[in-house]
Amino acid sequence: MARVVFTPNIQRHVACPEAEAPGATVREVLDAVFAANPQARSYVLDDQAALRRHMTIFIDGVMISDRKDLGDAVGDRSTIYVFQALSGG
Amino acid sequence: MSDELLVSTRKGLFTVAREGRGWEIAKVDFLADNVTLALSDRRSGRKYAALDHGHFGVKVHRSTADGWEEIATPAYPEKPEGLEENDMWGRPLPWSTVRIWALVSGGADEPGVLWCGTLPGGLFRSKDDGQSWQFVRALWDHPLRKMWAGGGADLPGIHSILVDPRNSKQVSIAVSTGGIWHTGDAGETWTQRGHGMRAEYMPPEQVSEPNAQDVHCLAQCRAAPHRMWVQHHNGVFVSSDEGHNFTELTDVKPSAFGFAVVVHPREPDTAWFVPEIKDEKRIPVDGKLVVTRTRDGGKTFQTLTKGLPQSHAYDVVYRHALAIDESGDRLAMGSTTGGLWVSEDQGESWACVSHTLPPVYAVQFG
Repeated sequence: MARVVFTPNIQRHVACPEAEAPGATVREVLDAVFAANPQARSYVLDDQAALRRHMTIFIDGVMISDRKDLGDAVGDRSTIYVFQALSGG
Repeated sequence: MSDELLVSTRKGLFTVAREGRGWEIAKVDFLADNVTLALSDRRSGRKYAALDHGHFGVKVHRSTADGWEEIATPAYPEKPEGLEENDMWGRPLPWSTVRIWALVSGGADEPGVLWCGTLPGGLFRSKDDGQSWQFVRALWDHPLRKMWAGGGADLPGIHSILVDPRNSKQVSIAVSTGGIWHTGDAGETWTQRGHGMRAEYMPPEQVSEPNAQDVHCLAQCRAAPHRMWVQHHNGVFVSSDEGHNFTELTDVKPSAFGFAVVVHPREPDTAWFVPEIKDEKRIPVDGKLVVTRTRDGGKTFQTLTKGLPQSHAYDVVYRHALAIDESGDRLAMGSTTGGLWVSEDQGESWACVSHTLPPVYAVQFG
């Protein structure tokens, strides 16, 4: 089971508690997480289910390369960080 | 006569109410969030707010008995594998809701129906008060849709949606840039309208092309739907045949450029505009914020100034930030520099509600 941690900044808009979910790829893990928390999905993924433009994901400290299909491999004990660029104004 | 205003701003949704003899801010929702548009649906009493959370995307909220709830956001269908479609800059066109740019109620005879226009050009219809949305595929699949281009924004967008008060299946929309389109069957089929407008910045062959027109705002008289008014990038245009054909009005002082237009609900010859310097400067002429009004179908225009700042005013009033109520007497407008004004005498005089609001994107009477 991979551990999934969401940025604190998203919590103001939608609850995204830390979660554990099965899956061999980022897509599989996130699908499992969003199945339990469907409202959070559109905050992270766009209409085509790709990672939103200013969002990013790290697996065990390494940024993913496949932002469209989310096919990067996830280990059984991996930690996935979902976060975003910070901006204001 | 409406005593309530919804004011959508960069930092929240402000409800402004007429208290006694004046207008005051009565409530703030979504404080510090970017509220790009709001709708007060008079059929159901529900309010809707479109929020843009930037990195986290566009969301829609609907009022409840004791607050707000997030509801479905219009979402584009899956892009076919292998399909290559680029925007005018050569970048892949996103099949994704980038901005909600129009949100209106359906007809009085179709409770629950809402229409939503978006960037990059998709139109959506809901039959259940926004609980779910159907993508209007026929418009998206129209070959001329692919010729739409960005205006002020990088991507094309639908900003005006007009449901004909005589027949709810007849809907006209306006696109920046993509001209005016009409359906007579609630979105099943679409035809281009808006002949007679001109886009002078286009190559000569394209100047009169209806699909190339940068309509900034389209308005329709409720009592006389044959009459439509356009504030266009190139000026002011008027139609007397339901938007098939338009005539340009050139003698509009101090400027024919602007974003917003509203028409009196019962007097088709009466319309209001907020002029700016055309077109790269986009500030009021001579630093004076004015409203222009015609009462004779565009033969003459009055410049209305009473109560508006007449020195060093750099307010821009966006296309959704000028509103008229159902009486036709009350108008309101909000500006990019946080000004909000209300008129109760058809624009003859204006009272400032605030000049320290966040940038105002949209104003609507409740």
